[in-house]
Amino acid sequence: MLMNPVLKLLIEGGSLNPAQMAQVLGLTEQEINSHLEQLKKEKIFLGWRPVLNLSKESAAAVRAVIEVKITPERGGGFNRLAERISRFDEVESCYLMSGGYDLLVFVNGESLQKVASFVSEKLSTIEGVLSTATHFMLRSYKEQGYLMDVVQEDNGRLKVVP
Amino acid sequence: MDTKRFIARHVVDLPKSGIRDFFEIVAKMKDVISLGIGEPDFDTPWHIREAAIYALEKGKTHYTSNLGLIELRRAITKYVEKVFKISYRPEDEVIVTVGVSEALDIAFRALVNPGDKVMFHQPCYVSYHPSVTLTHGIGVPVPTYAKDNFALTAEALAAAWQPGCKLLVLNLPCNPTGGTCNRAQLEAIAKFVVEKDLLVLSDEIYSELTFEGEHVSLASLPGMRERTIFLHGFSKAFAMTGWRIGYACGPADLIEAMMKVHQYSMMCASIISQEAAIEALLRGEDGMKAMREQYHRRRDFIVRRLNEIGLKCHLPRGSFYAFPSVAVSGMSEKDFALGLLQAERVAVVPGTAFGANGAGFVRACFATSYEQLIEATDRMDRYVSGLRR
Repeated sequence: MLMNPVLKLLIEGGSLNPAQMAQVLGLTEQEINSHLEQLKKEKIFLGWRPVLNLSKESAAAVRAVIEVKITPERGGGFNRLAERISRFDEVESCYLMSGGYDLLVFVNGESLQKVASFVSEKLSTIEGVLSTATHFMLRSYKEQGYLMDVVQEDNGRLKVVP
Repeated sequence: MDTKRFIARHVVDLPKSGIRDFFEIVAKMKDVISLGIGEPDFDTPWHIREAAIYALEKGKTHYTSNLGLIELRRAITKYVEKVFKISYRPEDEVIVTVGVSEALDIAFRALVNPGDKVMFHQPCYVSYHPSVTLTHGIGVPVPTYAKDNFALTAEALAAAWQPGCKLLVLNLPCNPTGGTCNRAQLEAIAKFVVEKDLLVLSDEIYSELTFEGEHVSLASLPGMRERTIFLHGFSKAFAMTGWRIGYACGPADLIEAMMKVHQYSMMCASIISQEAAIEALLRGEDGMKAMREQYHRRRDFIVRRLNEIGLKCHLPRGSFYAFPSVAVSGMSEKDFALGLLQAERVAVVPGTAFGANGAGFVRACFATSYEQLIEATDRMDRYVSGLRR
């Protein structure tokens, strides 16, 4: 399968901006932007988000993973409820899972209380939600491909070798 | 006391690698973007490193058989058959070595009598000629040219041939030019080899990094298997330079001869590296392909930029080296490289480090990040347009 080169570069290029991507691929910046627009239109490329180290003071947030059991509905299955849950700002990601529960919901909040009250007041009171099991995250070791708190030591690579 | 008088004559006479001098200068400078590094910028994929850790945990800390672990030799022959279409017996036609460098060294030591002549194409990897000299052989360089995209031609071979030539060393794709040969060119070379009754040492370390067209191994051509020692390793394709692990495949008699030299000098390659190499062959293909794809995109970028700048550069079909001409600067490759380093802090390697036929060219390795490549070529642009003014 031939992957769109712009999409490939988005994945492997890390922090390249459109101008740099244009240079690498030998396209104009405008062409890169229209490629990106097209990918957005096709809902393949959804957008840019910073990857933050949430254990740092200035980016601090409380995160929880919640296993949710819901009642599927005739016609729509899990979709209507899953979408409804997904719309909350607190919800970072929401997945339908196989196994012991139905939805895995990643929730982000400023404090323990805020996350707790979201679960008890919003999530668990939705009709069709049968049960929730909330797990608070204690520490992150890897975030979206970035290793946390691992000191990247100089690997001693020589500057010129044959 | 004059300790130098103890040094063997042929070592005294051996020139220091031109790359070494350049390295000394670069090492003392700060903020240099180096396109002078002949190795992948990627660290070894984690699953391979993890396999080595596991091997240590299991107590794999002992010698292995001189030829190398049989599991590794089996994995090698399977891989070579699949990728290069040549079949070897794992029991007696493969030897695992400390990188291709050792494989070449023991091949020369096993094959070269004093005064035997060894042909190799040039510009070429820095150690071929000295390795021949160290075995009291005589190096016979065969020029390759930019007009042929640095492919070796049978004509050039015929022109360089002299009585007494016994071996031919091939390195396709080539460090430093990225040049390689297509099937027709290899068939012409094969014909020449048979005609002159040569044995070929084929160093195919960059073969996985062939970007378009097929990589053809000389040993896969009719009649060539018995005339070829196939040399390969893990350094480039699997980003494993520091592990020092490679191998040679060939007719059993020749492997046996190499094994004699190997067993009295190296004994065996590091068992940890051998264990890692097994993992690389069994599960490393996807990671290798992903790296190749990135090199491919980087190559397209740097070659286009170099040509825009006026540093005329052919499209290297393999390896991670661009080998542009510096003719536009009106300078020698050494002055150009030094000037570029001092003015813009970009390191490239003067072509003459790879033999006299590299005059007028520099080697720019593109195994580095997109950001660095963009910045380096912008700096080169500034440098070259400054010279033109």
